[in-house]
Amino acid sequence: MLKGRAFKFGDNISTDHIVPGRLAHLRSNLPELARHVLEDADPEFACKVKPGDFVVGGSNFGLGSSREHAPLVIKMAGVSAVLAKSVARIFFRNAINRGLPVLICDTDSINDGDELEVDMSGGTIKNMTSGRTITFKPIPDFMLSILNEGGIMPYIKKHGDFKL
Amino acid sequence: MQVGSTLAEKILSARSGSVRKAGDIAIAAVDLAFVQDTTGPLAVRAFREAGFCELANPEKTVLFLDHAAPSPSWQLSNDHMSMRSFARETGCVLSDVGEGVCHQVVAERLARPGDVIVGADSHTVTAGGLGAFATGMGSSDIAVAFALGKTWFRVPESILITLAGKFCKGVYAKDLILYLIGRIGADGATYKALEFGGSGIAGMPVTDRLTVANMAVEAGAKVGLFPSDELTYQYLKAVGREADYKPLAADSDAEYLERIEIDLSALEPMVSKPHTVDNTVTASQLEGVKVDQVVIGTCTNGRLQDMEIAAAILKGRRRHPQTRLIVGPASPLVLREAIRKGYIDTLIAAGAIILPPGCGPCLGLHQGALGDDEICLSTANRNFKGRMGNPRGHIYLASTATAAASAVAGKITDPREVL
Repeated sequence: MLKGRAFKFGDNISTDHIVPGRLAHLRSNLPELARHVLEDADPEFACKVKPGDFVVGGSNFGLGSSREHAPLVIKMAGVSAVLAKSVARIFFRNAINRGLPVLICDTDSINDGDELEVDMSGGTIKNMTSGRTITFKPIPDFMLSILNEGGIMPYIKKHGDFKL
Repeated sequence: MQVGSTLAEKILSARSGSVRKAGDIAIAAVDLAFVQDTTGPLAVRAFREAGFCELANPEKTVLFLDHAAPSPSWQLSNDHMSMRSFARETGCVLSDVGEGVCHQVVAERLARPGDVIVGADSHTVTAGGLGAFATGMGSSDIAVAFALGKTWFRVPESILITLAGKFCKGVYAKDLILYLIGRIGADGATYKALEFGGSGIAGMPVTDRLTVANMAVEAGAKVGLFPSDELTYQYLKAVGREADYKPLAADSDAEYLERIEIDLSALEPMVSKPHTVDNTVTASQLEGVKVDQVVIGTCTNGRLQDMEIAAAILKGRRRHPQTRLIVGPASPLVLREAIRKGYIDTLIAAGAIILPPGCGPCLGLHQGALGDDEICLSTANRNFKGRMGNPRGHIYLASTATAAASAVAGKITDPREVL
Protein backbone atom coordinates (compact mmCIF):
# COMPACT_ATOMS: atom_id res chain seq x y z
CA MET A 1 0.00 0.00 0.00
CA LEU A 2 1.35 3.44 -0.97
CA LYS A 3 0.35 6.31 1.30
CA GLY A 4 0.93 10.02 0.99
CA ARG A 5 -0.31 13.47 0.20
CA ALA A 6 -1.52 14.60 -3.22
CA PHE A 7 0.23 17.48 -4.97
CA LYS A 8 -2.24 18.56 -7.64
CA PHE A 9 -1.14 19.99 -10.97
CA GLY A 10 -3.14 20.96 -14.07
CA ASP A 11 -3.22 19.66 -17.64
CA ASN A 12 -0.20 19.59 -19.98
CA ILE A 13 2.57 19.54 -17.38
CA SER A 14 5.57 19.32 -19.73
CA THR A 15 9.07 18.01 -19.13
CA ASP A 16 10.10 21.67 -19.23
CA HIS A 17 7.94 22.29 -16.14
CA ILE A 18 9.63 19.31 -14.46
CA VAL A 19 13.30 19.86 -15.46
CA PRO A 20 13.72 22.86 -17.78
CA GLY A 21 16.41 22.97 -20.46
CA ARG A 22 18.09 25.93 -18.78
CA LEU A 23 19.23 23.45 -16.09
CA ALA A 24 20.79 21.06 -18.61
CA HIS A 25 24.19 21.77 -17.05
CA LEU A 26 22.98 20.02 -13.87
CA ARG A 27 21.97 16.78 -15.56
CA SER A 28 25.14 14.98 -14.52
CA ASN A 29 24.61 16.25 -10.94
CA LEU A 30 21.30 14.56 -10.21
CA PRO A 31 20.99 15.50 -6.50
CA GLU A 32 21.35 19.17 -7.44
CA LEU A 33 18.95 18.81 -10.39
CA ALA A 34 16.40 17.13 -8.12
CA ARG A 35 16.27 20.27 -5.96
CA HIS A 36 14.54 21.97 -8.91
CA VAL A 37 11.92 19.26 -9.57
CA LEU A 38 8.71 20.72 -11.06
CA GLU A 39 10.08 24.19 -10.37
CA ASP A 40 8.28 25.90 -13.26
CA ALA A 41 4.90 24.43 -12.20
CA ASP A 42 5.26 25.00 -8.43
CA PRO A 43 8.48 26.62 -7.15
CA GLU A 44 7.71 25.37 -3.60
CA PHE A 45 7.12 21.73 -4.55
CA ALA A 46 10.68 20.50 -3.94
CA CYS A 47 10.63 21.88 -0.37
CA LYS A 48 7.15 20.61 0.47
CA VAL A 49 7.17 17.07 -0.96
CA LYS A 50 7.78 14.19 1.48
CA PRO A 51 8.67 10.55 0.81
CA GLY A 52 5.59 8.62 -0.27
CA ASP A 53 3.67 11.63 -1.63
CA PHE A 54 1.91 11.64 -5.01
CA VAL A 55 2.18 13.91 -8.03
CA VAL A 56 -1.34 14.26 -9.43
CA GLY A 57 -1.73 15.70 -12.91
CA GLY A 58 -4.55 16.28 -15.36
CA SER A 59 -4.38 15.22 -18.99
CA ASN A 60 -1.22 14.69 -21.09
CA PHE A 61 1.16 14.72 -18.12
CA GLY A 62 4.86 14.70 -19.06
CA LEU A 63 4.50 15.83 -22.66
CA GLY A 64 7.55 17.00 -24.53
CA SER A 65 11.15 15.93 -24.31
CA SER A 66 12.56 12.41 -24.01
CA ARG A 67 14.59 13.49 -20.97
CA GLU A 68 14.48 10.59 -18.53
CA HIS A 69 15.65 13.05 -15.90
CA ALA A 70 12.00 14.12 -15.57
CA PRO A 71 10.61 10.93 -13.97
CA LEU A 72 14.00 10.34 -12.35
CA VAL A 73 13.97 13.55 -10.28
CA ILE A 74 10.29 13.01 -9.40
CA LYS A 75 11.30 9.60 -8.05
CA MET A 76 14.37 11.05 -6.29
CA ALA A 77 12.03 13.50 -4.51
CA GLY A 78 10.45 10.46 -2.87
CA VAL A 79 7.24 10.49 -4.90
CA SER A 80 5.70 7.01 -4.83
CA ALA A 81 3.53 7.34 -7.95
CA VAL A 82 2.32 9.79 -10.58
CA LEU A 83 -1.46 9.86 -11.06
CA ALA A 84 -2.91 11.47 -14.18
CA LYS A 85 -5.90 11.38 -16.52
CA SER A 86 -3.51 10.67 -19.39
CA VAL A 87 0.24 10.65 -19.83
CA ALA A 88 2.60 11.32 -22.73
CA ARG A 89 4.14 8.23 -24.29
CA ILE A 90 7.84 8.81 -23.66
CA PHE A 91 7.32 10.00 -20.08
CA PHE A 92 5.24 6.88 -19.37
CA ARG A 93 7.92 4.58 -20.73
CA ASN A 94 10.71 6.45 -18.92
CA ALA A 95 8.85 6.41 -15.60
CA ILE A 96 8.28 2.65 -15.75
CA ASN A 97 11.92 2.20 -16.83
CA ARG A 98 12.95 4.00 -13.63
CA GLY A 99 10.55 2.05 -11.41
CA LEU A 100 8.14 4.97 -10.91
CA PRO A 101 4.49 3.83 -11.23
CA VAL A 102 2.25 5.98 -13.43
CA LEU A 103 -1.43 5.36 -12.75
CA ILE A 104 -4.08 6.46 -15.22
CA CYS A 105 -7.28 7.47 -13.45
CA ASP A 106 -9.86 10.24 -13.24
CA THR A 107 -7.98 12.74 -11.09
CA ASP A 108 -10.76 15.37 -11.07
CA SER A 109 -11.99 14.26 -7.64
CA ILE A 110 -8.54 14.60 -6.06
CA ASN A 111 -7.69 17.96 -4.52
CA ASP A 112 -4.32 19.37 -3.59
CA GLY A 113 -3.44 18.22 -0.08
CA ASP A 114 -5.73 15.16 -0.04
CA GLU A 115 -4.33 12.09 1.71
CA LEU A 116 -4.34 9.05 -0.59
CA GLU A 117 -3.83 5.32 -0.20
CA VAL A 118 -2.99 3.38 -3.35
CA ASP A 119 -3.48 -0.36 -3.55
CA MET A 120 -1.21 -1.33 -6.46
CA SER A 121 -2.41 -4.92 -6.76
CA GLY A 122 -6.08 -4.10 -6.17
CA GLY A 123 -6.03 -1.22 -8.65
CA THR A 124 -7.72 1.26 -6.32
CA ILE A 125 -6.96 4.70 -4.94
CA LYS A 126 -8.68 5.57 -1.67
CA ASN A 127 -8.98 9.27 -0.94
CA MET A 128 -8.78 9.39 2.88
CA THR A 129 -9.75 13.08 2.88
CA SER A 130 -12.94 12.79 0.82
CA GLY A 131 -13.70 9.15 1.56
CA ARG A 132 -14.04 8.36 -2.16
CA THR A 133 -12.40 5.39 -3.84
CA ILE A 134 -11.46 5.43 -7.53
CA THR A 135 -9.86 2.81 -9.74
CA PHE A 136 -6.88 3.13 -12.07
CA LYS A 137 -6.33 1.48 -15.46
CA PRO A 138 -4.17 -1.65 -15.23
CA ILE A 139 -0.56 -1.07 -16.35
CA PRO A 140 -0.01 -3.09 -19.59
CA ASP A 141 1.43 -6.55 -18.82
CA PHE A 142 4.81 -6.09 -20.48
CA MET A 143 5.38 -2.75 -18.76
CA LEU A 144 4.25 -4.22 -15.45
CA SER A 145 6.89 -6.93 -15.81
CA ILE A 146 9.52 -4.17 -16.17
CA LEU A 147 8.08 -2.17 -13.27
CA ASN A 148 8.00 -5.24 -11.04
CA GLU A 149 11.76 -5.67 -11.51
CA GLY A 150 12.29 -2.04 -10.48
CA GLY A 151 12.89 -0.73 -13.99
CA ILE A 152 14.42 -1.62 -17.35
CA MET A 153 18.03 -1.95 -16.17
CA PRO A 154 17.27 -4.40 -13.33
CA TYR A 155 14.94 -6.21 -15.77
CA ILE A 156 17.64 -6.62 -18.42
CA LYS A 157 20.28 -7.54 -15.81
CA LYS A 158 18.00 -10.33 -14.59
CA HIS A 159 16.72 -11.66 -17.91
CA GLY A 160 19.56 -10.67 -20.25
CA ASP A 161 16.97 -9.91 -22.94
CA PHE A 162 13.31 -8.96 -23.47
CA LYS A 163 11.03 -11.83 -22.41
CA LEU A 164 7.58 -11.88 -23.98
CA MET B 1 -9.30 -12.74 -43.76
CA GLN B 2 -6.02 -11.02 -42.97
CA VAL B 3 -6.22 -7.30 -43.71
CA GLY B 4 -3.30 -5.32 -45.11
CA SER B 5 -0.69 -3.52 -43.08
CA THR B 6 -0.10 0.10 -42.22
CA LEU B 7 3.40 1.50 -42.69
CA ALA B 8 4.02 1.09 -38.95
CA GLU B 9 2.89 -2.55 -39.00
CA LYS B 10 4.95 -3.26 -42.11
CA ILE B 11 8.21 -1.91 -40.75
CA LEU B 12 7.85 -3.43 -37.29
CA SER B 13 6.86 -6.80 -38.80
CA ALA B 14 9.89 -6.76 -41.12
CA ARG B 15 12.32 -5.77 -38.38
CA SER B 16 10.92 -8.18 -35.78
CA GLY B 17 10.74 -11.12 -38.17
CA SER B 18 7.08 -11.92 -37.61
CA VAL B 19 3.72 -10.46 -38.57
CA ARG B 20 2.78 -7.78 -36.05
CA LYS B 21 -0.46 -5.86 -35.89
CA ALA B 22 -1.57 -2.83 -33.91
CA GLY B 23 -1.64 -3.64 -30.21
CA ASP B 24 0.98 -6.43 -30.43
CA ILE B 25 4.34 -6.21 -28.73
CA ALA B 26 7.24 -6.37 -31.20
CA ILE B 27 10.88 -6.95 -30.36
CA ALA B 28 12.50 -5.18 -33.30
CA ALA B 29 16.06 -4.99 -34.55
CA VAL B 30 17.39 -1.44 -34.33
CA ASP B 31 19.07 -0.02 -37.44
CA LEU B 32 20.31 3.15 -35.76
CA ALA B 33 20.46 4.23 -32.12
CA PHE B 34 21.64 7.61 -30.95
CA VAL B 35 21.80 10.05 -28.07
CA GLN B 36 22.57 13.75 -27.85
CA ASP B 37 24.56 15.71 -25.31
CA THR B 38 21.74 16.37 -22.82
CA THR B 39 20.55 12.73 -22.75
CA GLY B 40 23.80 10.95 -23.60
CA PRO B 41 25.57 11.22 -20.23
CA LEU B 42 22.66 9.44 -18.49
CA ALA B 43 22.65 6.76 -21.22
CA VAL B 44 26.40 6.23 -20.82
CA ARG B 45 25.96 5.97 -17.07
CA ALA B 46 23.06 3.47 -17.41
CA PHE B 47 25.07 1.44 -19.95
CA ARG B 48 28.06 1.20 -17.61
CA GLU B 49 26.03 0.60 -14.44
CA ALA B 50 24.29 -2.31 -16.17
CA GLY B 51 27.72 -3.84 -16.75
CA PHE B 52 27.58 -3.56 -20.54
CA CYS B 53 30.93 -3.16 -22.29
CA GLU B 54 30.30 -3.71 -25.98
CA LEU B 55 27.93 -2.14 -28.46
CA ALA B 56 25.81 -4.39 -30.66
CA ASN B 57 26.55 -2.23 -33.74
CA PRO B 58 29.25 0.41 -33.14
CA GLU B 59 28.91 1.83 -36.65
CA LYS B 60 25.13 2.26 -36.11
CA THR B 61 25.54 3.88 -32.70
CA VAL B 62 25.95 7.64 -32.76
CA LEU B 63 26.63 10.24 -30.09
CA PHE B 64 25.65 13.77 -31.18
CA LEU B 65 26.99 16.88 -29.45
CA ASP B 66 24.45 19.40 -30.74
CA HIS B 67 22.29 20.80 -27.96
CA ALA B 68 25.07 22.74 -26.27
CA ALA B 69 27.27 23.38 -29.27
CA PRO B 70 29.64 24.98 -28.52
CA SER B 71 29.21 24.43 -24.80
CA PRO B 72 28.15 27.43 -22.68
CA SER B 73 29.29 25.96 -19.33
CA TRP B 74 32.02 23.86 -17.77
CA GLN B 75 29.48 21.24 -16.65
CA LEU B 76 28.27 20.67 -20.21
CA SER B 77 31.88 20.69 -21.44
CA ASN B 78 32.57 17.88 -18.97
CA ASP B 79 29.53 16.01 -20.32
CA HIS B 80 30.99 16.41 -23.81
CA MET B 81 34.32 15.03 -22.59
CA SER B 82 32.65 11.96 -21.10
CA MET B 83 30.77 11.31 -24.33
CA ARG B 84 33.91 11.68 -26.44
CA SER B 85 35.65 9.24 -24.15
CA PHE B 86 32.76 6.74 -24.45
CA ALA B 87 33.01 6.99 -28.24
CA ARG B 88 36.76 6.28 -28.12
CA GLU B 89 36.30 3.29 -25.80
CA THR B 90 33.44 1.66 -27.68
CA GLY B 91 34.26 2.58 -31.26
CA CYS B 92 30.89 4.20 -31.90
CA VAL B 93 30.39 7.23 -34.14
CA LEU B 94 30.84 10.71 -32.67
CA SER B 95 29.21 13.73 -34.30
CA ASP B 96 31.04 16.51 -32.48
CA VAL B 97 30.20 20.13 -31.72
CA GLY B 98 29.52 22.02 -34.95
CA GLU B 99 28.69 18.93 -36.99
CA GLY B 100 24.96 19.59 -36.93
CA VAL B 101 21.62 18.88 -35.28
CA CYS B 102 21.17 15.13 -34.80
CA HIS B 103 17.91 14.87 -36.74
CA GLN B 104 19.24 16.80 -39.71
CA VAL B 105 22.42 14.69 -39.85
CA VAL B 106 20.35 11.50 -39.48
CA ALA B 107 18.23 12.60 -42.47
CA GLU B 108 21.20 13.61 -44.60
CA ARG B 109 23.52 10.70 -43.87
CA LEU B 110 21.93 7.81 -42.02
CA ALA B 111 18.17 7.17 -42.18
CA ARG B 112 16.86 4.73 -44.76
CA PRO B 113 13.26 3.91 -45.69
CA GLY B 114 12.09 0.93 -43.62
CA ASP B 115 14.67 1.45 -40.85
CA VAL B 116 13.89 1.25 -37.16
CA ILE B 117 15.60 4.25 -35.55
CA VAL B 118 15.59 5.08 -31.84
CA GLY B 119 17.07 8.21 -30.33
CA ALA B 120 17.21 9.74 -26.87
CA ASP B 121 15.49 12.82 -28.21
CA SER B 122 11.78 13.21 -28.77
CA HIS B 123 12.23 14.70 -32.25
CA THR B 124 13.79 11.47 -33.51
CA VAL B 125 10.41 11.17 -35.29
CA THR B 126 11.86 13.53 -37.95
CA ALA B 127 13.26 10.58 -39.95
CA GLY B 128 9.68 9.39 -40.51
CA GLY B 129 9.81 11.88 -43.39
CA LEU B 130 12.06 9.35 -45.15
CA GLY B 131 9.86 6.36 -44.31
CA ALA B 132 11.80 5.22 -41.23
CA PHE B 133 10.03 4.04 -38.07
CA ALA B 134 11.89 6.57 -35.95
CA THR B 135 10.95 7.43 -32.40
CA GLY B 136 12.26 9.04 -29.24
CA MET B 137 12.96 7.17 -26.00
CA GLY B 138 14.76 7.83 -22.75
CA SER B 139 18.42 7.29 -21.96
CA SER B 140 17.95 3.83 -20.37
CA ASP B 141 16.01 2.47 -23.35
CA ILE B 142 18.72 3.71 -25.68
CA ALA B 143 21.45 2.24 -23.48
CA VAL B 144 19.71 -1.14 -23.84
CA ALA B 145 19.40 -0.65 -27.63
CA PHE B 146 23.13 0.20 -27.74
CA ALA B 147 23.95 -3.09 -26.00
CA LEU B 148 21.40 -5.49 -27.47
CA GLY B 149 20.80 -3.96 -30.91
CA LYS B 150 17.05 -4.26 -30.39
CA THR B 151 14.18 -2.76 -28.46
CA TRP B 152 10.51 -3.40 -27.74
CA PHE B 153 7.51 -1.57 -29.12
CA ARG B 154 3.78 -1.77 -28.73
CA VAL B 155 2.78 -1.64 -32.39
CA PRO B 156 0.75 1.57 -32.66
CA GLU B 157 -2.65 2.02 -34.22
CA SER B 158 -2.37 4.44 -37.13
CA ILE B 159 -4.28 7.58 -38.01
CA LEU B 160 -4.24 8.21 -41.76
CA ILE B 161 -3.86 11.83 -42.79
CA THR B 162 -4.88 12.10 -46.42
CA LEU B 163 -3.54 15.21 -48.11
CA ALA B 164 -4.99 16.65 -51.31
CA GLY B 165 -4.13 19.70 -53.40
CA LYS B 166 -1.15 22.04 -53.14
CA PHE B 167 -0.08 24.77 -50.75
CA CYS B 168 -1.02 28.30 -51.81
CA LYS B 169 1.71 30.91 -52.03
CA GLY B 170 2.98 31.80 -48.53
CA VAL B 171 1.75 28.53 -46.98
CA TYR B 172 4.20 25.77 -46.08
CA ALA B 173 4.57 22.33 -44.52
CA LYS B 174 4.96 24.00 -41.10
CA ASP B 175 1.51 25.53 -41.45
CA LEU B 176 0.10 22.08 -42.26
CA ILE B 177 1.52 20.45 -39.14
CA LEU B 178 0.57 23.38 -36.87
CA TYR B 179 -2.96 23.21 -38.31
CA LEU B 180 -3.15 19.45 -37.77
CA ILE B 181 -1.92 19.66 -34.16
CA GLY B 182 -4.39 22.46 -33.48
CA ARG B 183 -7.15 20.31 -34.89
CA ILE B 184 -6.42 17.02 -33.07
CA GLY B 185 -4.77 18.46 -29.94
CA ALA B 186 -1.43 18.01 -28.18
CA ASP B 187 -2.55 14.52 -27.14
CA GLY B 188 -4.61 13.79 -30.23
CA ALA B 189 -2.29 11.01 -31.40
CA THR B 190 -0.81 9.76 -28.11
CA TYR B 191 0.60 6.20 -28.54
CA LYS B 192 -0.51 6.30 -32.19
CA ALA B 193 1.26 6.55 -35.54
CA LEU B 194 0.41 9.46 -37.80
CA GLU B 195 0.67 8.18 -41.36
CA PHE B 196 0.52 10.59 -44.29
CA GLY B 197 -0.80 9.77 -47.74
CA GLY B 198 -2.97 11.05 -50.55
CA SER B 199 -2.25 12.88 -53.78
CA GLY B 200 -0.94 15.92 -51.89
CA ILE B 201 2.28 14.21 -50.82
CA ALA B 202 3.40 13.89 -54.45
CA GLY B 203 4.07 17.63 -54.38
CA MET B 204 5.73 17.56 -50.99
CA PRO B 205 9.52 17.12 -51.13
CA VAL B 206 11.37 15.33 -48.32
CA THR B 207 12.46 18.62 -46.76
CA ASP B 208 8.74 19.37 -46.16
CA ARG B 209 8.04 15.84 -44.98
CA LEU B 210 10.83 16.10 -42.41
CA THR B 211 9.21 19.27 -40.99
CA VAL B 212 5.83 17.53 -40.71
CA ALA B 213 7.22 14.29 -39.24
CA ASN B 214 9.38 16.30 -36.80
CA MET B 215 6.30 17.64 -35.06
CA ALA B 216 4.27 14.39 -34.95
CA VAL B 217 5.40 14.08 -31.33
CA GLU B 218 3.73 17.42 -30.55
CA ALA B 219 0.42 15.62 -31.08
CA GLY B 220 1.72 12.82 -28.83
CA ALA B 221 2.44 10.44 -31.73
CA LYS B 222 5.01 7.66 -31.55
CA VAL B 223 5.92 8.22 -35.21
CA GLY B 224 5.00 10.42 -38.15
CA LEU B 225 5.40 8.27 -41.25
CA PHE B 226 5.55 9.09 -44.93
CA PRO B 227 5.73 6.48 -47.69
CA SER B 228 9.00 6.16 -49.59
CA ASP B 229 8.51 7.23 -53.21
CA GLU B 230 10.11 9.06 -56.14
CA LEU B 231 10.66 12.19 -54.03
CA THR B 232 12.41 10.07 -51.38
CA TYR B 233 14.67 8.74 -54.13
CA GLN B 234 15.42 12.27 -55.32
CA TYR B 235 16.37 13.39 -51.81
CA LEU B 236 18.60 10.39 -51.16
CA LYS B 237 20.27 10.87 -54.56
CA ALA B 238 20.91 14.53 -53.80
CA VAL B 239 22.75 13.59 -50.59
CA GLY B 240 24.70 10.83 -52.38
CA ARG B 241 22.76 7.89 -50.94
CA GLU B 242 20.61 6.58 -53.76
CA ALA B 243 21.67 3.02 -52.84
CA ASP B 244 19.73 3.45 -49.58
CA TYR B 245 16.46 3.95 -51.45
CA LYS B 246 13.68 1.43 -51.46
CA PRO B 247 10.00 2.03 -52.15
CA LEU B 248 7.64 1.62 -49.23
CA ALA B 249 3.88 2.12 -48.92
CA ALA B 250 1.03 0.97 -46.74
CA ASP B 251 -1.29 -1.68 -48.16
CA SER B 252 -4.44 -0.27 -49.72
CA ASP B 253 -6.57 -2.39 -47.36
CA ALA B 254 -4.69 -1.42 -44.21
CA GLU B 255 -6.82 -0.67 -41.17
CA TYR B 256 -6.72 2.78 -39.62
CA LEU B 257 -8.09 3.94 -36.33
CA GLU B 258 -9.19 7.18 -37.92
CA ARG B 259 -8.92 9.02 -41.24
CA ILE B 260 -8.47 12.78 -41.54
CA GLU B 261 -8.58 14.58 -44.89
CA ILE B 262 -6.85 17.90 -45.41
CA ASP B 263 -7.01 20.12 -48.49
CA LEU B 264 -3.60 21.80 -48.64
CA SER B 265 -4.94 24.62 -50.83
CA ALA B 266 -7.36 25.66 -48.05
CA LEU B 267 -4.62 26.16 -45.43
CA GLU B 268 -3.41 29.55 -44.22
CA PRO B 269 -0.24 30.63 -42.40
CA MET B 270 -0.65 29.35 -38.82
CA VAL B 271 0.86 30.35 -35.47
CA SER B 272 0.90 28.45 -32.15
CA LYS B 273 0.46 30.78 -29.20
CA PRO B 274 2.06 30.26 -25.77
CA HIS B 275 2.29 27.81 -23.99
CA THR B 276 1.09 24.74 -25.92
CA VAL B 277 1.64 23.75 -29.53
CA ASP B 278 -2.06 23.04 -30.11
CA ASN B 279 -2.97 26.62 -29.22
CA THR B 280 -3.09 27.56 -32.90
CA VAL B 281 -4.67 30.46 -34.77
CA THR B 282 -4.02 31.96 -38.20
CA ALA B 283 -1.13 34.43 -38.44
CA SER B 284 -3.58 37.12 -39.54
CA GLN B 285 -5.45 36.78 -36.22
CA LEU B 286 -2.26 37.82 -34.39
CA GLU B 287 -1.28 40.72 -36.64
CA GLY B 288 0.34 43.43 -34.59
CA VAL B 289 1.72 41.33 -31.72
CA LYS B 290 5.14 42.88 -31.06
CA VAL B 291 8.09 40.49 -31.39
CA ASP B 292 11.41 40.95 -29.52
CA GLN B 293 13.22 38.01 -31.08
CA VAL B 294 12.80 35.87 -34.19
CA VAL B 295 14.49 32.47 -34.47
CA ILE B 296 14.82 30.66 -37.80
CA GLY B 297 16.39 27.21 -37.65
CA THR B 298 16.32 24.04 -35.47
CA CYS B 299 15.47 20.47 -36.49
CA THR B 300 12.04 21.69 -37.64
CA ASN B 301 13.04 24.48 -40.04
CA GLY B 302 16.82 24.72 -40.32
CA ARG B 303 17.18 23.28 -43.80
CA LEU B 304 18.40 24.84 -47.07
CA GLN B 305 14.83 25.52 -48.21
CA ASP B 306 14.30 27.56 -45.03
CA MET B 307 17.44 29.62 -45.66
CA GLU B 308 16.17 30.22 -49.20
CA ILE B 309 12.70 31.31 -48.04
CA ALA B 310 14.16 33.59 -45.36
CA ALA B 311 16.65 35.14 -47.79
CA ALA B 312 13.95 35.74 -50.42
CA ILE B 313 11.83 37.68 -47.93
CA LEU B 314 14.74 39.54 -46.30
CA LYS B 315 16.54 40.49 -49.53
CA GLY B 316 16.74 44.27 -49.69
CA ARG B 317 14.98 44.56 -46.35
CA ARG B 318 16.21 44.78 -42.79
CA ARG B 319 15.07 43.42 -39.48
CA HIS B 320 13.02 45.83 -37.35
CA PRO B 321 15.39 47.78 -35.05
CA GLN B 322 13.63 46.41 -31.95
CA THR B 323 13.63 42.80 -33.15
CA ARG B 324 16.63 40.48 -32.94
CA LEU B 325 16.93 37.97 -35.78
CA ILE B 326 18.74 34.68 -35.06
CA VAL B 327 19.32 32.16 -37.85
CA GLY B 328 20.72 28.68 -37.23
CA PRO B 329 21.37 26.38 -40.22
CA ALA B 330 20.86 22.82 -38.94
CA SER B 331 23.98 21.23 -40.44
CA PRO B 332 27.31 22.16 -42.03
CA LEU B 333 25.90 20.96 -45.36
CA VAL B 334 23.00 23.42 -45.04
CA LEU B 335 25.34 26.22 -43.94
CA ARG B 336 27.84 25.70 -46.76
CA GLU B 337 25.12 25.49 -49.41
CA ALA B 338 23.44 28.59 -47.97
CA ILE B 339 26.78 30.43 -48.17
CA ARG B 340 27.40 29.20 -51.71
CA LYS B 341 23.97 30.34 -52.86
CA GLY B 342 24.37 33.76 -51.25
CA TYR B 343 21.56 33.32 -48.70
CA ILE B 344 23.79 33.87 -45.70
CA ASP B 345 25.15 37.11 -47.14
CA THR B 346 21.58 38.33 -47.69
CA LEU B 347 20.59 37.36 -44.15
CA ILE B 348 23.58 39.10 -42.57
CA ALA B 349 22.88 42.22 -44.64
CA ALA B 350 19.34 42.10 -43.24
CA GLY B 351 20.73 42.16 -39.70
CA ALA B 352 20.64 38.44 -38.87
CA ILE B 353 22.91 36.73 -36.36
CA ILE B 354 24.15 33.45 -37.85
CA LEU B 355 24.63 30.61 -35.34
CA PRO B 356 26.87 27.58 -35.82
CA PRO B 357 25.03 24.37 -36.81
CA GLY B 358 23.28 23.11 -33.67
CA CYS B 359 20.06 23.36 -31.68
CA GLY B 360 20.65 27.03 -30.87
CA PRO B 361 18.25 28.75 -28.45
CA CYS B 362 15.39 26.25 -28.96
CA LEU B 363 15.66 24.57 -25.59
CA GLY B 364 16.82 27.47 -23.46
CA LEU B 365 20.44 26.55 -22.95
CA HIS B 366 22.12 29.48 -24.69
CA GLN B 367 22.30 31.64 -27.82
CA GLY B 368 19.10 33.59 -27.24
CA ALA B 369 17.43 33.02 -23.85
CA LEU B 370 14.42 35.30 -23.37
CA GLY B 371 14.14 38.14 -20.88
CA ASP B 372 11.10 38.64 -18.66
CA ASP B 373 7.91 39.07 -20.71
CA GLU B 374 9.85 39.02 -23.96
CA ILE B 375 8.12 37.56 -26.99
CA CYS B 376 9.87 35.22 -29.40
CA LEU B 377 8.53 34.04 -32.74
CA SER B 378 10.35 30.82 -33.58
CA THR B 379 10.36 28.18 -36.30
CA ALA B 380 11.10 25.54 -33.63
CA ASN B 381 8.63 22.92 -32.46
CA ARG B 382 7.87 23.77 -28.82
CA ASN B 383 6.50 26.79 -27.01
CA PHE B 384 6.18 25.37 -23.51
CA LYS B 385 6.48 27.64 -20.52
CA GLY B 386 10.18 27.94 -19.67
CA ARG B 387 11.29 26.37 -22.92
CA MET B 388 13.62 29.15 -24.04
CA GLY B 389 15.40 29.70 -20.76
CA ASN B 390 12.80 31.74 -18.88
CA PRO B 391 9.35 30.77 -17.55
CA ARG B 392 8.39 34.44 -17.96
CA GLY B 393 9.08 34.40 -21.70
CA HIS B 394 6.44 33.88 -24.39
CA ILE B 395 7.04 31.72 -27.46
CA TYR B 396 5.01 31.70 -30.67
CA LEU B 397 5.67 29.07 -33.36
CA ALA B 398 5.35 29.63 -37.09
CA SER B 399 6.79 28.89 -40.54
CA THR B 400 10.07 30.33 -41.77
CA ALA B 401 8.20 32.76 -44.05
CA THR B 402 6.03 34.05 -41.20
CA ALA B 403 9.15 34.38 -39.03
CA ALA B 404 11.08 36.31 -41.69
CA ALA B 405 8.16 38.63 -42.49
CA SER B 406 7.64 39.27 -38.76
CA ALA B 407 11.33 40.07 -38.26
CA VAL B 408 11.01 42.88 -40.82
CA ALA B 409 7.79 44.28 -39.38
CA GLY B 410 8.79 43.79 -35.72
CA LYS B 411 5.39 42.23 -35.12
CA ILE B 412 3.59 39.06 -36.15
CA THR B 413 2.86 39.33 -39.87
CA ASP B 414 1.12 37.13 -42.42
CA PRO B 415 3.92 36.46 -44.95
CA ARG B 416 1.51 36.76 -47.88
CA GLU B 417 1.66 40.52 -47.29
CA VAL B 418 5.32 40.67 -48.34
CA LEU B 419 5.59 37.87 -50.92
